[in-house]
Amino acid sequence: MLDGIKIAALGVMTFLFAMAANYGQEFVYQVHAVLLMLASAAAFIWAVRSTGSPKVAAAAPVEKGYMDEVVRYGVIATAFWGVVGFSAGTYIAWELAFPHLNWDLPWTSFGRLRPLHTSAVIFAFGGNALIATSFYVVQRTCATRLWGGNLAWFVFWGYNLFIVLAATGYVLGSTQSKEYAEPEWYVDLWLTIVWVAYLAIYLGTLVKRKEPHIYVANWFFLSFIVTVAMLHVVNNIAIPTSIWSSQSVILFPGVQGAMVQWWYGHNAVGFFLTAGFLGMMYYFVPKQAERPVYSYKLSIIHFWALIFLYIWAGPHHLHYTALPDWAQVLGMVFSVILWMPSWGGMINGLMTLQGAWDKLRTDPILRMLVVSVGFYGMSTFEGPMMAVRAVNSLSHYTDWTIGHVHSGALGWNGMITFGALYYLVPRLWHRERLYSITLVSWHFWLATIGIVLYASSMWVSGIMQGLMWREVDAQGFLVNSFADTVAAMHPMYVVRATGGILYLTGGIIMAYNLFKTAVGAGESTAPATTVAAE
Amino acid sequence: MDTYTALRHFADSWAVLGLLIFFGGVVLWVFRPGSREIYKDSANMIFRNESKPKDD
Repeated sequence: MLDGIKIAALGVMTFLFAMAANYGQEFVYQVHAVLLMLASAAAFIWAVRSTGSPKVAAAAPVEKGYMDEVVRYGVIATAFWGVVGFSAGTYIAWELAFPHLNWDLPWTSFGRLRPLHTSAVIFAFGGNALIATSFYVVQRTCATRLWGGNLAWFVFWGYNLFIVLAATGYVLGSTQSKEYAEPEWYVDLWLTIVWVAYLAIYLGTLVKRKEPHIYVANWFFLSFIVTVAMLHVVNNIAIPTSIWSSQSVILFPGVQGAMVQWWYGHNAVGFFLTAGFLGMMYYFVPKQAERPVYSYKLSIIHFWALIFLYIWAGPHHLHYTALPDWAQVLGMVFSVILWMPSWGGMINGLMTLQGAWDKLRTDPILRMLVVSVGFYGMSTFEGPMMAVRAVNSLSHYTDWTIGHVHSGALGWNGMITFGALYYLVPRLWHRERLYSITLVSWHFWLATIGIVLYASSMWVSGIMQGLMWREVDAQGFLVNSFADTVAAMHPMYVVRATGGILYLTGGIIMAYNLFKTAVGAGESTAPATTVAAE
Repeated sequence: MDTYTALRHFADSWAVLGLLIFFGGVVLWVFRPGSREIYKDSANMIFRNESKPKDD
């Protein structure tokens, strides 16, 4: 019965998407309708093929153990999208240094490839990493299998379909012009459905946990899921101009719209790139160091302080705009206070190594995790400083902001994800160890030197740009034209793009190393012993 | 009094107070007597149930 409804619904969906492909008013809408039609047709065929198989007998043994297959897929997707996202970023970095690289084509222009890069690294690489690690961690710390059965597969495939829709939309010029929320209304609706399923799985697993206490990493993961749902829904409230069009009109006008956008934007940093990744930190750092977190009390205070403060910091993106002064000052004050819980978390992560610091000499994975926490501390000091209005008057709209974002994203988010992937792959594929520890060291140094080149060139470039913009002569006239600043920044752009190449090379080395580990290259003995240990 | 003013008034008085009391309560709760042993166990949760669920 249920199978029948599922098959009928998928058939109707396929038909509706075929209609949409026909009636679509823009080319990109038609492309997306065809993509969705193919996706629902594939799901339809899968449903028809799997129906009628004897469920009760087949399902019983499958329900045993942890649901790790979906985590394995998530790990593969993370590594794949990581390399894609770093490549896009490196390419547009060279485009900024040598504008001819856009080939005068609309699809390869900076304006279209830039959201492709940001979404690929934040939502595709970071998002898949968060989904995979949260599924892995919640099962181990709740000592129970994921709730919801195949719903986890729906979340994995649904989320990656969202990424494909977003990425193809950017290249073809579909955007609602909201930074980090560029996809149009139907893509937003799809992500909402997927995200609610993700929340349901997470809550369901927590409810049926076998351990009395909910481990702190799960608190961070859950706050990430709940808050991103809230941010995504409010920021994307829009009225489509037609059901056959990708165009829509955003509900909030003027300065309210700007405030809603940066309430979303900053909390995407706070809850997607910080709270979620702190969930990773609170699991993988203690596991790799083989000792419990430094202070569990501090971790609870860290959680509540971070949750209470982050949500107010958004207005610092709108200093010296039409936003009321009191709101700007509020954003600034909360950003500065936010420094405290951030460093509390950093101290907790670093001090977990107390008595085990010697492991840093021999374990490049732990080194990666520790450097990641170090970059977290550095960028959570830089951020509050840049949120101070006087500093912001120099730094805003310059490359300093870009440098700040990348020391956080490449250093904190990237490095902790690499560490987690190196931790997970041998365990998920039941291998004794990684294929090559030497290659991990190579990755570590390439990535670290890449970040240092990136951040330092952007400090020089950004501060120079800010000072050139405000330079006036004795009569009060501006000294530099905008084009003067662009020309002056060229050498720094080349250094930045070189740093990008180093970081990308590290990512490719990681993908190779993980692939060789997963297929079992270089295993000394047959993996039978490790399987038997289960 | 329009909605904005009423909400704004509530936000910067009772709401702020409520949130501060909640946060202060969390901090006091964390340092309650006997919490050291409980949190020691919680912090070591990650080293159990590594390869299979508890009741499998």
